[in-house]
Amino acid sequence: MPLWETIGIWLGAFLTLCIFSFLYKDNPFYKLAEHIFVGISAGYWATLEYHNVFRPNLWDPLTREGRLLLIVPFIMGLLLFSRFTKRFSWLSRWPMALIIGIYAGITIVGYGSGDLILQIHANLLPLWTDNWLTSLNNILLTVGVITGLIYFFFSKEHKGALGAGARIGIWFLMISFGASFGYTVMSRMSLLIGRVYFLLGTWLRLLE
Amino acid sequence: MRREIPIAICFLAGISFILEYFIPHQRILSVFETFRQWAIIVIAFAYVLGLANIVRVNYHVIQKKGRDWPYKIILVLSLFFMITVGIIFDILGIRSGGIAEGSIFNWVYYNAQYPLQATMFALLAFFIASAAFRAFRIRTFQASLLAVTAILVMIGRVPVGERLWGSFPDLTEWIMNVPQLAGKRAIMIGAALGAISTALKVLTGLERTYLGGE
Amino acid sequence: MEKLERLDRRIIFIFIFLSIAIPLLLPVNLDFSVTPPVQSFYDAIEELPAGSKVLVSCDYDPGSMPELFPMNVAVFYHLMSRDLKVITIQLWATGTLLAELAMAEVLEDFPDKEYGKDWVNLGFKEGREVVMVSMGTNIPKTFPSDSRGNKVEDLPIMQGVNTYDDIALFMNVSGGLPGTKEWVLQVQSRYHVKLGSGCTAVSAPEFYPYVQSGQLVGLLGGMKGAAEYEKLVQRPGTAQRGMDAQSVSHIVVFLFILIGNIAYFSVKGAKKRLKASR
Repeated sequence: MPLWETIGIWLGAFLTLCIFSFLYKDNPFYKLAEHIFVGISAGYWATLEYHNVFRPNLWDPLTREGRLLLIVPFIMGLLLFSRFTKRFSWLSRWPMALIIGIYAGITIVGYGSGDLILQIHANLLPLWTDNWLTSLNNILLTVGVITGLIYFFFSKEHKGALGAGARIGIWFLMISFGASFGYTVMSRMSLLIGRVYFLLGTWLRLLE
Repeated sequence: MRREIPIAICFLAGISFILEYFIPHQRILSVFETFRQWAIIVIAFAYVLGLANIVRVNYHVIQKKGRDWPYKIILVLSLFFMITVGIIFDILGIRSGGIAEGSIFNWVYYNAQYPLQATMFALLAFFIASAAFRAFRIRTFQASLLAVTAILVMIGRVPVGERLWGSFPDLTEWIMNVPQLAGKRAIMIGAALGAISTALKVLTGLERTYLGGE
Repeated sequence: MEKLERLDRRIIFIFIFLSIAIPLLLPVNLDFSVTPPVQSFYDAIEELPAGSKVLVSCDYDPGSMPELFPMNVAVFYHLMSRDLKVITIQLWATGTLLAELAMAEVLEDFPDKEYGKDWVNLGFKEGREVVMVSMGTNIPKTFPSDSRGNKVEDLPIMQGVNTYDDIALFMNVSGGLPGTKEWVLQVQSRYHVKLGSGCTAVSAPEFYPYVQSGQLVGLLGGMKGAAEYEKLVQRPGTAQRGMDAQSVSHIVVFLFILIGNIAYFSVKGAKKRLKASR
């Protein structure tokens, strides 16, 4: 194995153990690793922005291909930094408004078609079919979605029929939260498996 | 005009993204396409702004010798180290510069950033177990529904569950596809309605918190 | 029981570590079946004719690597083994090097596959949903060059690839935001493409509605999903290796919940009885 690779593995193991030391208690090794992580991550993102956006999408077309209209987004981008000055900080609102407006427009279209209309459409299911289990499942899905939505309707007090609907809705929501918790445990354990695999396998070579 | 112009920009930017969904005309689409390319560039600058803010905040802590100030020096040095090897070395034509395979940048990513980030998230496994032991209390019927579902999903989703009872995975799959799905769909539809109404408020200028103070 | 209720959490940490380390050191290799969402994901790729172009968006970071890297590798392996053309992009900066790493691992099994002809890494692009929508109308304008600095128009694999209509299937390996949800909302619902997802187990439950509605052709959820997929493509990897540890750790967490509740209700009952006797 090349020397640099070996040094890399030992560095990775050292940093891993520094982070794990937090489990005992907060200590200088953990703080050191934490701050190195923040610094390296921020520097990593900035470098990738330069290589993957600034150069190919702005600088090269502007300076080498003569696409002078790109001056507009360039200036808009620079205006963002005006917020560091007291006198001209109001100028940073322009590019901020552009970004917020774009995402607001995207949200309306995306959520409207993807999460609203298509999801409602997918829940329009036949409640009576040839297969009793399919019929039961469709009934449960329909009841579950409707009562779940009733629970989130807070404009009226949950009393009477609305209250009963909301209570059934909570049961379905609790089941979905329970499933989410189960999957979250699975996810967290997987992350730890990855790290232990690295320590025992790649670093200490105890695994086949 | 300091508030009116940004509100107008916000409205025009948002409405253009909505209109292009309904207008398939090629000439109009190419105008929207140009706006999108500009947006990608401005959003990239926003990330660099965040980076500049990190440097600014930590510089103040170092200057005033605030809490953990020696570590802040390491933070800023690490940041500039990555920018130096990734960008400046590349511009200067230094062989190990840039982000290609075999570069210093690459090596630091694989051997420092990757283990640090992975381990940070791996800590969560310990905390979720500790939280489950200390805080997960089955006090009500609803809590018991949550607990039973969680346990059935946790055990049913792993090979040992299938070994205990051959149909365990089928039961888990049914839970995920029927009652769980119904709850998630209700949340999804509700959240979509909320997101759309908030976005409409932003576009029409009723929601202006992004503008900050005067 | 009171002592048990106030158990030092570091003892819990030790149990969790052992529940993962011991199965990794002494594997049992319990078998498991493949679930329908994973099977659908696999079938969607199997249905494609050789030479079809598949876009794989690797949107994750090292924090979710244990779950997503094995499925990234398995997906690339499956695509290469079916002679499909792979176009990979990343909407997370951290995904670029991970996608390269995954492909490097797969190319050891396919040394004849050429960069630029059989696969290409267009790299990372900032903009999240804006990039997704932008690609729908003009991919070369959104990605004028690949991750290695080559002009996209010079790459054989990108000939004839201008919009989403020129891509047969979309795969998203998703570690969070932007990820599968954004691909469904901005791309699948707008352009009606075929989209499959591999995601972390945390996100998987919320994507089941998309599978049921047909917005996703298949779903790989977490390390278990990755392990099932490795089984289908017959390429055992770290996900399958981790299943024993996953099993034991889940049982340990279940036992902690059980013991925690037993201790809580015992102490509560004892306090009640003490109060009643006074």
